[in-house]
Amino acid sequence: MDFKALGLMAGIEIHQQLDTKEKLFCHCPTTLRETEEHTGEFVRYLHATVSEMGEVDRAAAEEMMNRRQFRYFAYDTTCLVENDEEPPAPMNQEALEIALQVAKTFEMHPVEQVHTMRKLVIDGSNTSGFQRTAMVALAGVLPGDGEVETICLEEEAAQRVVDGTFSLDRLGIPLVEITTSPCMHTPEAVQETARHIGMVLRSTGRVKRGLGTIRQDVNVSIKDGARVEIKGVQELDLIAEVVRREVTRQVNLLAIRDELRARNASVGEETHDVTALFAETNSSILKRAKSILAVVLPGFAGLVGREVQPGRRLGTEISDYVKKCGLGGIFHTDELPAYGVTAEEVAMLRAHLGAADGDAVILISGSVEKAACGAKQVRHRARLALEGVPEETRKMLDEGNTAYMRPLPGAARMYPETDVLPVTITDERWSAVEVPELLSDLARRMEEELGLDPAVARQAAYSEHLPLFRAAVQAGIRPNLAARTVLGTLKELSRAGVAVEAVADQDVLTVLAAVEAGEVAKEAVPDLLTEVAGGTPAAEAVEEHAGGVSAEDLAAIVAKIVADRIEFVQDKQMRALGPLMGVVMEEVRGKVDGKKVSEALRAEISRVI
Amino acid sequence: MSTYMTGDIVAASARGHPVEGIYITDRDGMAVLKLKSGYNIGVDHETCTLVRRAGDQPAPAVPTVTQDENLPELAIISTGGTIASKIDYRTGAVTSQFTADDILRAVPGLTTVARYRAEVLATILSENMTPSTWQALARAAHAAVSDGAKGVIVTHGTDTLAYSASALSFMLDTPAPVVFVGSQRSADRPSSDNVMNAMCAAAAARSDLGEVAVAMHATTDDDLCAVHRGTRVRKMHTSRRDAFQSHEMAPVATVAYPSLKVDLSPEAVRRGETEPALHADLEERCGLLYFYPGMPEEAVRVYEDFKGLVIAGTGLGHVSSGCIGALREMVDAGTTVVMTSQCLHGRVCDRVYDTGRDLLAAGVVEGEDMLPETALTKLMWVLGNVDDTEEARRLMATDLKGEIKRRSDYGL
Repeated sequence: MDFKALGLMAGIEIHQQLDTKEKLFCHCPTTLRETEEHTGEFVRYLHATVSEMGEVDRAAAEEMMNRRQFRYFAYDTTCLVENDEEPPAPMNQEALEIALQVAKTFEMHPVEQVHTMRKLVIDGSNTSGFQRTAMVALAGVLPGDGEVETICLEEEAAQRVVDGTFSLDRLGIPLVEITTSPCMHTPEAVQETARHIGMVLRSTGRVKRGLGTIRQDVNVSIKDGARVEIKGVQELDLIAEVVRREVTRQVNLLAIRDELRARNASVGEETHDVTALFAETNSSILKRAKSILAVVLPGFAGLVGREVQPGRRLGTEISDYVKKCGLGGIFHTDELPAYGVTAEEVAMLRAHLGAADGDAVILISGSVEKAACGAKQVRHRARLALEGVPEETRKMLDEGNTAYMRPLPGAARMYPETDVLPVTITDERWSAVEVPELLSDLARRMEEELGLDPAVARQAAYSEHLPLFRAAVQAGIRPNLAARTVLGTLKELSRAGVAVEAVADQDVLTVLAAVEAGEVAKEAVPDLLTEVAGGTPAAEAVEEHAGGVSAEDLAAIVAKIVADRIEFVQDKQMRALGPLMGVVMEEVRGKVDGKKVSEALRAEISRVI
Repeated sequence: MSTYMTGDIVAASARGHPVEGIYITDRDGMAVLKLKSGYNIGVDHETCTLVRRAGDQPAPAVPTVTQDENLPELAIISTGGTIASKIDYRTGAVTSQFTADDILRAVPGLTTVARYRAEVLATILSENMTPSTWQALARAAHAAVSDGAKGVIVTHGTDTLAYSASALSFMLDTPAPVVFVGSQRSADRPSSDNVMNAMCAAAAARSDLGEVAVAMHATTDDDLCAVHRGTRVRKMHTSRRDAFQSHEMAPVATVAYPSLKVDLSPEAVRRGETEPALHADLEERCGLLYFYPGMPEEAVRVYEDFKGLVIAGTGLGHVSSGCIGALREMVDAGTTVVMTSQCLHGRVCDRVYDTGRDLLAAGVVEGEDMLPETALTKLMWVLGNVDDTEEARRLMATDLKGEIKRRSDYGL
C-alpha cells in the first residue's frame, strides 16, 4: 500500500506508569496485587452527568444505554480515595517531577499553573466515573519532523478483572500521557516513534517496567476517512501492523460506501417485529428470544458480508454496535441460511418484509428492551456506512485487528477537579529539573568506556537491572562478568524456576566480589545465586564454595580422571579435552575457575599421550 | 483583575508557546484558559490578548419534567447542600444552586416513583443553617402534609442534617413520612450517591412510615439505603456514603436499590398514627459544650446567660470538679443543664462517681441515652414550649419522639 498516496496521518498517545512511592492523589503504595488477595468488595452504579458546558458527552451517553452494576475489589493497599469515598490528596509532587523531567527531555514548554481536570469515563474503570488528568507541558520535539503535542499527568484506571468487576490496586498509579501530533505517515514511522518515546521514558529510571506498564493508543486516519483512536496496544512490535490494518479497514469502508452510493442504497426508519415468524424455528438463539426484530437495508445485499479486515466484515462492525445494548450480535442475510436458520425461513422473511434481492435484512433477537436498542444501533451503524468511516474509539484484537468500543469523546467530557488545588511551576523549579542521559547515549558511552560489545552495552543500558549493573561495575567487577550475571544468569535462573526475586542486589554484589577476589570460580555463580534464592545467606554460600581445591588437589583430580579414561584419551588425543572438561568441572563444582581446569587438563593430557 | 469575561476567546503564551483558549476565570493571579482539548491551564495574565468576546451563547435547552398524574404526590423541600450542588464554572468550586425541579432533572427516575410539588426553602450549605431555618422547614413540611402530600422529601447538606432532622422530629407531629436526604459525593460526578439516596428517600416518603427520618446509603454499596429515626441518627464519617448511622437502635426501615422495596422495622412509627400538628417554637439561647480535661471554668461560664446548656461529658456523664460550681450557679439562676456523653453509645448515669453525684446535686439533668445534638434540639424545643423549669427538666428526661429508650439493648 502506498500510505502517502492514501493520505495516512497517524499520531500516538503513550501511557507510561511512573514508579513513584505513592499514588497520584492519595498516599497508597503503587503496588499491584493478585486479585485473590482482595480484602473487601463493593458494588456501584454510574450515571452520565451534564458537563460544565451543559452537554452530556456522547461517549458517556452511549455507555449509559446499558445501565450496569460495577463490582470493585479493595485491598489493604487501597484506601477510601480509590473507593471514591474521600476527597483526593494534593497532587503527588514526585510524579509531577518525573513528568517535568520527561517534558524537559522533549524540550517542551511547561504550563505555568497546572490544573487537574476530571475526564468523564463511565465504563466502570474509575469508581468516580472520571479520570483525573492534568496538562503539564506543551509542544516538544521528536527526532525527524515529529512533534510532541502535550504531556499530561494522569491517574491510572482500575484494572478489569472480568466483565463489570474491577480491581482497585492499579487505580490512581501515576502515569504520563505523551501525545504526538498526527505527524507520522507510514506504519513503520509510528512504531519507531513509539520506540523512541519509550526509550526516553525509561531513561528517567523512574518508570514502571513490565507488561501493562506502558500502553500505546494509536490515532489513524486516511484521506476521506476519519480519525479512529485504537486503545491499548501493549506490544510495540504490533503497532505498525495495527496501523496497516486500520488503513485497510478505512480503504474498504470507503469502497463499500462508494458501492452503496452507486446502488442508491438507503436505511429506513422502520423496525419490523418478526417474532411470530420464527415461532417454529430450530435456531436455538432465535427460539429462546423474547423479541426478534428485523431491519431492512435496501441496496446492502452482499456488502454486509464483505470483509473490511482479515476475518471481519461490515456485518461484524454492525454487530459490535449492537453489543453495546447487551446483546451477543446479529444475523444478516449475507450469511444466512446458517446458525439453524433455514433457507425457507430466509425466503419467508424476505417475502414478509417485501425485501428485494438487492436488500440485506438484519435480525436482532433478545429481550424486548435490548432488541429494540439493538435495532436502533443497526440503523445507526448502517447510516454511518453510507457516510464512510465513522469517528470511533476502537480496541485492539489479536493480531492487530480492531473492534468498536465507543464514539470518540469530545471536550464535553472534561471539567475541573474542584477538590485539587492548582500547582504553580515556578521558573526556579523548571530550571532545577535535570535532563536524564538517554539510554541510547548511555549504551554508546558504556560501549566505549567499559569496552562492552555493542549489543551487550545496549542490553545493559535498556535493562531494568541497569542500576545493579552499574553498582557492580562501580564496585570493581569486570563489566563483562557483571553483564553476564545481571543480564544473563539471573534471567536463566528465573526461567529454570529459581526464585531470583528473593536475591537482593547486595547478594549479587557479594557473589561477584568473591569471584573477582578469586575466592570462587565464576562457574559457581549460578549455583551460588540458586543457594541464596533458597535462603542461604550470600556470605555463607560463598564460604562453602571457596577454597578447598588447591593447585595440587586439582592436579590430582585431573590425573585420576585422565587415568580412568586413558584409552579414550589416547584414542582422541587433544580432542579429549572438551569432553573431559565437563567431567572435571562436575567434580570441582565451580570451586575452580574453568580456565585453570582447562590448563591443568591440557597439561595432563599432553603428559600422557 | 481580569478584563476578560468567562467565555471570551483569548490568545496567550504558555512559557513562550502560543496557546488559544476560552477564558474561564482568574486563579491565584493567573488567567485560567480552557484549551480546545478540554484541559484547563493557568497562564501569565500579561501574555493574554483578546481574540473575540464571548457571543451570546444560547443557554442549553432545559428538558421539561413530565409527571405522572396517577402517582401519589410528594413534596420536595430543597435547602441546598451537596445533593443539590454543581460546579461553579467561574470559581471552580462546588456550590448549591439547584432548584427542586433541577433535582427531578438530575434524578429522572424520581418521576417513576411519585409526582412532586417542589419548594426551594433555602440554597445554603448546611453549616449555615439556623434554628429559624428549622422552623421554616417545619412549617413547610407541616403545610405540605396538611395539604395532602403523601410524604415529604427534604434535601439537605449532610453536615448538619441530623440536627435539622431531630429538630423537626420535635416540632412536627406527622402522620406521613418526612424524609431527609443528602449526598456525600457531589451531584456533578457520575458516581454521586444522590441518585440512589433520592430514589430511596422517595420510596420511603411514599411508604407506610409515619415519622421524621433520614434516608441514606446503608453501606458503601449501591444496593441498600437505611432509613434512620430523626432523633437517633448521626453523621459518623466525614466522607463515606454510609456516614449516617442509627444510634442505639436499628434503622426504622431499609430501602433496597434499585427495586425500591421498603421494609419497615417493628419499631417504626406507622403512617396515620398521629394527627398533623406544628409546634414550631424554639428557644435559640441554648448551647452545646464538649467537655475536655483541663477545661477552665470560664469556658462553662460563657453560657451563663443561656436558657439551656447540653454538656457532652466524659464517660457516664462527667465534668471536672472545678466546673461544677459554675454549673450549680447557672442552674440556680434558671439555666436548664442536661448531661449527655461523649461516648455517644450508652446511657448517662451520674450516681456512680462523686463528681456525678455533685452534678446531680447541682441540678444537672441526666440526659439518659440521648445523642448530644438531639439533646440540644430537644432542649431548644422544650424551653421554647414550656416556661416551667421543673416541667422542662421532666420533659428532658421523658421520651418524646423516640430519642430516649428506657432499656439499653444488648448487641447494638
